[in-house]
Amino acid sequence: MPSVQLIDIAHARSGDKGSHANIGLIAKQPEYYELLKREVTAERVADHFGELCEGEVSRYELPNLNSFNFLLREALDGGGTVTLRIDAQGKTYSAALLRMTIEVTDQELALIAG
Amino acid sequence: MKTIRIGNGQAFWGDSAKAPLDQVRYGDLDYLMLDYLAEVTMSIMQKLRARDPQQGYARDFVTLIENLLPDMLERGVKVVANAGGVNPLACAEAVLAVAEKLGVADQVKIGVVTGDDIMADVDDILAAGQPMNNLESGAPLTDVRDRLASANAYFGAFPIAEALGQGANIVITGRCTDASLAVGPMIHEFGWSETDWDKLSAATIAGHIIECGAQATGGNCMADWDQVEDMVNIGYPIAEVSEDASFVVTKPEQMGGRVNVASVTEQLLYEIGDPEDYRTADVICDFTSIQLEQLGPNRVQVSGITGKPAPDQFKVSMSYAGGYKTVGTLVYGWPDAVKKAQAADRIVRKRLDNLGVTFDAMHTEILGANACHGRSLSGEPDADLAEVQLRIGVRGQDKRALTRFTHEIAPLVCNGPPTVTGYFGGRSRVEEIIAYWPALLDKAYASATVTLLGAH
Repeated sequence: MPSVQLIDIAHARSGDKGSHANIGLIAKQPEYYELLKREVTAERVADHFGELCEGEVSRYELPNLNSFNFLLREALDGGGTVTLRIDAQGKTYSAALLRMTIEVTDQELALIAG
Repeated sequence: MKTIRIGNGQAFWGDSAKAPLDQVRYGDLDYLMLDYLAEVTMSIMQKLRARDPQQGYARDFVTLIENLLPDMLERGVKVVANAGGVNPLACAEAVLAVAEKLGVADQVKIGVVTGDDIMADVDDILAAGQPMNNLESGAPLTDVRDRLASANAYFGAFPIAEALGQGANIVITGRCTDASLAVGPMIHEFGWSETDWDKLSAATIAGHIIECGAQATGGNCMADWDQVEDMVNIGYPIAEVSEDASFVVTKPEQMGGRVNVASVTEQLLYEIGDPEDYRTADVICDFTSIQLEQLGPNRVQVSGITGKPAPDQFKVSMSYAGGYKTVGTLVYGWPDAVKKAQAADRIVRKRLDNLGVTFDAMHTEILGANACHGRSLSGEPDADLAEVQLRIGVRGQDKRALTRFTHEIAPLVCNGPPTVTGYFGGRSRVEEIIAYWPALLDKAYASATVTLLGAH
């Protein structure tokens, strides 16, 4: 099955909420929204982040903005001032999510290749 | 339909000192909002006030006002800032002194919002049955009560509107929801009531979009970041708000940057949780109601927003002394840069182990190889990297153990792996951790007071 990396079909922004991190994931084109909805589930994001995220991941849908918000609980080693990580506020987690590769159909691949 | 222009000129304490001046000169503004308070800034301010009762606010704001006042007064721009920290009245006095020095004190009327600082009332509030448990962990406040460094309620926008209604052209607050700095002027100008939920929601979302400064105008934006025009002179955001609470996000025309649906969407999603339940003291916003439309170059229309009745509780931001931490770094060069850094890490850990020095946490990262995204996402680092930075952090309650750690980094330069540099800053500093404690508080336990100073 063909696959695409999220960086090619989405952009994102991330930051902290206390010891949690959030990532806003935005489809580059409205027609990619359903594809992201199917593939980029909360479970896949939790797997993807592995050891970086200790708590649960929640996904919220914002179809009006062709977007999703992911809340990654306990993902910053204690958060802003406590953490020992260089990315204390999860500012680069946006790009970490965009590393994910998802499976697409031939039809979807053709749509993306435009 | 009446519209007003509200610009942001400061996203955090330490943001560009020039941005507020550019906004006032080129933004055709009615109001300038300036955000100075991060989650733990209040604890730093509490310490400053403990040393000197006249301190405890963002002094940079006073310097800024000195530079800004002539343009601000000439153009009739009003300023709303949360620069007051834990001492808004002292901040206002300092601003008045600046106005007197410039000979314009007769034109400056300052509205001061106080009452958010509940530090002195914490025990009474606990005794009254408000537990103020940690919103994230659920732990009771009594766990850290003796180490508490600051406690502030997040007020909303109505006290700011009240100050403007009394004729203030500068409003200084302590802790309030960042977005309120923009919402206050809208309430004042349009006469909205406390139950205009949809309008208050839209106003709050306008404030949310502009409160992080250039993050709405092409800064820190992943969408075509290298196509953002003239980042050197990046313009800060402006919300052009109509009486029906629809608004356009834009920037000063002659400044750089880019306002488009992509940049605004990224900022809308920044630091939010449940998009249908975004709470301030004034309203609960529903981000799933937002409609965006690109009206033209650097103009994005925002409309359709709905809101729900305000929560019964204030969010409270507290901070407490959470121990100590320090970070030591060294740079290792080609060849085998990663391997050398890993070896140095093992050596320093073994030496500390032999000394019997322990910590609550010790964390090693190799910058250039896998620090930001972790090992599994970053994959195997390139064996041929030109250089990497070894970065070891330790955290604990015993300051002496951490100091001992800082003594173990520099020796590696001569007694560890070769081609090492980047140690010229000397031993790393052991810093006290000011930890964050978010909580909720029934609104009955904190109330705002508005005081007017100057231009009598």
